[in-house]
Amino acid sequence: MFGLEARPLSQITIPWTPRSPEKLREYRAKGIKILLTLAVLSLVIGAGIFAAADMNDPTRISDWKVILAFLGVIGPAVGFASFLLGGLAIILYRQIAAFLKAPWVAFVLFCGGVFGVCLLVWAHAWVFEFTRGMLAAEVGTNDVGTEIFGTGLVAPLTVREIYGQIKDTLPVPLAAYALWPLQFDLVRDVVALAGIIGFVSIVPVFGIWWERKVAGRIQSRLGPMRVGGWHGWLQSPADGLKLICKEDFIPPEGDALLFKLAPYLTFVPPLCAFIALPFAGAYVFRDLDVALLFILAMLGIEVVGVILAGWASNNKWSVYGAMREACQMVSYEIPMGMSLLIPVMTVGTLQLTAIADAQKGGFADWLVFRNPWCFVAFFTYYTAALASCKRAPFDLPESESELVAGFHTEYSGFRWSLFFFGEYVAMFVVSGLAVILFLGGWKSPFPADWAPTGGGFVPRLVRGLLFEGPILFVLKAAFLYYVQLWIRWTLPRIRIDQVLYACVQVLLPLTMVILLGNTLWILGVKHMNWTPLVNIDWALHKILVGIGVLAVVAMFGIAAFGYANRRRLVGSLVVDHLPGA
Amino acid sequence: MIEAIAFYVFAALVLGSALGVVLSKNIVRSATCLLGTLGGVACLYFVLNANLIAAIQLIVYAGGTLILIVFGVMLTSKSPWMQFTATRGQVVAASVVAVLLAFGLCGVMLGADWSRPAGQLSASPQVREVGTDLLTDYLVPFEAASVLLLVVMIGAAYLARPEK
Repeated sequence: MFGLEARPLSQITIPWTPRSPEKLREYRAKGIKILLTLAVLSLVIGAGIFAAADMNDPTRISDWKVILAFLGVIGPAVGFASFLLGGLAIILYRQIAAFLKAPWVAFVLFCGGVFGVCLLVWAHAWVFEFTRGMLAAEVGTNDVGTEIFGTGLVAPLTVREIYGQIKDTLPVPLAAYALWPLQFDLVRDVVALAGIIGFVSIVPVFGIWWERKVAGRIQSRLGPMRVGGWHGWLQSPADGLKLICKEDFIPPEGDALLFKLAPYLTFVPPLCAFIALPFAGAYVFRDLDVALLFILAMLGIEVVGVILAGWASNNKWSVYGAMREACQMVSYEIPMGMSLLIPVMTVGTLQLTAIADAQKGGFADWLVFRNPWCFVAFFTYYTAALASCKRAPFDLPESESELVAGFHTEYSGFRWSLFFFGEYVAMFVVSGLAVILFLGGWKSPFPADWAPTGGGFVPRLVRGLLFEGPILFVLKAAFLYYVQLWIRWTLPRIRIDQVLYACVQVLLPLTMVILLGNTLWILGVKHMNWTPLVNIDWALHKILVGIGVLAVVAMFGIAAFGYANRRRLVGSLVVDHLPGA
Repeated sequence: MIEAIAFYVFAALVLGSALGVVLSKNIVRSATCLLGTLGGVACLYFVLNANLIAAIQLIVYAGGTLILIVFGVMLTSKSPWMQFTATRGQVVAASVVAVLLAFGLCGVMLGADWSRPAGQLSASPQVREVGTDLLTDYLVPFEAASVLLLVVMIGAAYLARPEK
């Protein structure tokens, strides 16, 4: 009756199709025309290359022509592929949805994705290492002309020279062409930046889904369950798609220019922090000697975007949110910076790679257990970092229950999602900073001496998985990220006067005391070598390591207890959907 | 080559946003333009391989002072869209000061000896060396600056205290 009777979910269709069949035919013809043009273009250029380049003698045509041709092929080919895939995705959306709902797809995609990312990172590191070796081998033999920027060479290597180097290991001339552009620093930087941006876009997509699942579990409910079949794993991409489709609203009485600028000012600085944030000894975009200061500066600039967003919306809730953010940030920056000074003083450098290298002796060598001052500094830093990411209990700038949505009340669509990208990326940055400064960085809990030596595949794999490397760093940072989620869904939000009281009267004096204490401690232990203090330091170090071990054991114990009693603790509704229920 | 391109890009950013600071009638927009100026100067320091001073510039000016300026503007301005209206006398005075300053700066820059000294300049000055210098040879100016800041803070607290 009236066409409103209930239908099963599987029969409901998405009304994406244009109404009139003429329009549809027109769109289809247009798409096919674009597709054909791109295909013909890339085929012609590709055929041209193969005609021009004799693969046995890769020097028959000059380098720049090949590079141009490569670009000419890659551009249209990527366009062709994405157009084709997009069209197929729209045409076959029913089949794709059915496929994505299959329970094993999420599992395979997740495992395959993680494995693929690891493989990609490893391959890229290998190629970069090889390129640097190749350049080092050529320095001094190639001295004609003016210096090419960033290579340390005066003339770029030709494809013939590169082929001469790789001939023995990889007798494929085309590989020499692929390696040729990588000899310039600029090209390698662009590749590395693409990697960083890729990682940064995965973090919020995964992080938001994770946050919603954690929130659900903590509140005895399920969290997203529908989109994608297995535990709502497609929820974030679906949300993203929805956000792009939403109306792009700009308050007519607000300051449109600043309103548009603010999301970028919030999103770009945390992204820039990745320039100096090392994932492992060699996996860092720029190993700055002032890396820590740089990351702090980037986290500080992020606030400007939030304040401007609140101001430009011309909405009292937004301005309240912006005010709170400003007070909170200006006050919490001080304890945060002072707690970060403790590991810096203990190791004696601002360079993050050097600080992580100072902790390679395994669990007992991590800076958080080095002396009592460092131990306290870890917690003060983490608290201040929560406030600087405006995470609960410090999420006053956007407190939904009082200020609608705080500083982003007026935002919608893509601009709104940029604020969230910024927030989740900043959460990862502060977690990563805590990992590097206090929790051993990319070193494992096992001492570095136990690691197998040698350059073979198996020793490298064991070292990368168990002893040091970006995988360990990401896992540790993900744990601290999880703790942030955990705190958010456990603690209630505090009032603004409580926020400022906690900073000015509790955290600030505490960090001042540990700063002074650490100074005197280092003076006594390291520089004056005062025997009683050295003995106390030794004993306290052992006690702190014991506390750390106990904390880890207790955490696993509590998790096991919770899992064993899950039916009693969170209720059957949730448990029945857990894997292995 | 690449340094030159970067220099011109950042110099354009600094100058453009500095013009924005002066010419914009909206005080919050002026403050936002100041972010471009301060950030652009920090980028120029990075191009010149002075990492420490660039990071400090970002933390102190772009991250700290600027937020305080915006905060102060938002707290004190009566209407949300407070406009600057300069009187003719103010414009004349400002122009005279600006022209004098420009002449002075140009004179200094044209008269300076830009030849590179014998020492190695390409490496960034190490944080450790800067710190050691600050706490040994330049301790008195460093402490004098700290005392000045303390005086300012006490003055601000005195002015802001509630009326008795």
